[in-house]
Amino acid sequence: MAEVNTGDGGGHGKHDKKRAKKSSTRIDMTPMVDLAFLLLTFFVLTSTFSKSKVMEIPFPKDPKDLKVQQKVNNAITFLLTKDNKIFYYNGAFYLPGNKEGKPETTITEKDFSAKGIHELLLDRNKPTIDAIKKLEEQYKNKTIVADTFKVRALREQGRKAVPEKGIPAALTVLIKTDDQAVYKNVVDLIDEVKVCNIGIYAIVDMMPSEKKLIDEKVK
Amino acid sequence: MPKIKLPKGNPSLDMTPMVDLAFLLVTFFMLTASVRMTEPVIVDTPDSHSDKLLPENVILLSVDKRGKAFFNISNAEVRVKTLERMGKEYNMTFTPAEIKAFGKMTSFGVPMKQLKQFIAMSEKEKEKFNSPGVPLDSLDNQLSNWIRYGHIQERTLAKQAQDKAKSLGREFKDTPLRFAIKADAQANFLNVRDVIKVLTDNDIYVFNLITNLEKGDDVK
Repeated sequence: MAEVNTGDGGGHGKHDKKRAKKSSTRIDMTPMVDLAFLLLTFFVLTSTFSKSKVMEIPFPKDPKDLKVQQKVNNAITFLLTKDNKIFYYNGAFYLPGNKEGKPETTITEKDFSAKGIHELLLDRNKPTIDAIKKLEEQYKNKTIVADTFKVRALREQGRKAVPEKGIPAALTVLIKTDDQAVYKNVVDLIDEVKVCNIGIYAIVDMMPSEKKLIDEKVK
Repeated sequence: MPKIKLPKGNPSLDMTPMVDLAFLLVTFFMLTASVRMTEPVIVDTPDSHSDKLLPENVILLSVDKRGKAFFNISNAEVRVKTLERMGKEYNMTFTPAEIKAFGKMTSFGVPMKQLKQFIAMSEKEKEKFNSPGVPLDSLDNQLSNWIRYGHIQERTLAKQAQDKAKSLGREFKDTPLRFAIKADAQANFLNVRDVIKVLTDNDIYVFNLITNLEKGDDVK
């Protein structure tokens, strides 16, 4: 604890007659220390909390590359629209009565809750997540040393863009927004994609045919 | 058995070293803390699970709730140089006082024509001012120019600093310029898309989105 000024610390009997010299030369520092620590706490807290957090997103140089890829790959497309609504469809987009004879694409509604897109993405990205788990296990058992094993798993999955024998292709997530989608939902979706360890994702333009499907669902 | 002698002296501690340390830390934090200027725009950023910190050297593009674009460069020296270059581009001359004031400013969301007027405003007036946003349409893409010249000026200054350090025989650590978008959670993504397009048109394909760290642990 701080020293308490008792008032007689300086006097030692000799100068009893001169009262002016009796008072202590020591100052009680407690309030000053209190203030110093208060300021210290304030600056420590404000300086660490004021720094903003960021998420990094890469943008495709040429969105056309992705459109080609989407056809071959294990892709999932999310369509964002007004009122926090989100729809998705798997694989490539097929119009009704297409030349390939594939059934026409239908879209399914999901939501941003833990049961919604999070579960869906976890399920769809199981191969990558399993690969990461395996590498984590290896890292724990010290069979691999690099602590960048997560990156490695993602890269390995990403490289298998064309499905090899028995190995599923990496999941590609395409995010498409219409003219009424809110920024928050896009960030939420990208966040989910990152949490689910999906390496390939892109924000691309929505096709008019996709917009039409949404318009039919949202009225 | 001998009695344990209790020291009879004053139980007080000498606090001077502790106080010295406390004040040293206070001084350190006071000096390192950057004074946050009032932003002319309130941006309520969305949440994410990312715990990456905002880079030091950054060109910040804000999008407010109404979808208006704002521009800022974190480095004051670069900001001033960019203003001079932009003045040349748009045939405007800025007085030394205006340039100095601009160096102390944060984000602004006005076209070049209104910039002088905006610089002259007081902090309170800026807060009330309804910023029209930096124009970014194809006819008058001022945001693109700001980004381009900001990028060029930053690189030139970094190069100069590097050369200077080299001539003095010192090591130079370059902090690469990053681009960050700070958009309001409720902003229309179309407006954010426009800002992103300005970046990609300037061959910038990797940038940061500013978010708040999400509270809670629902996702694991």
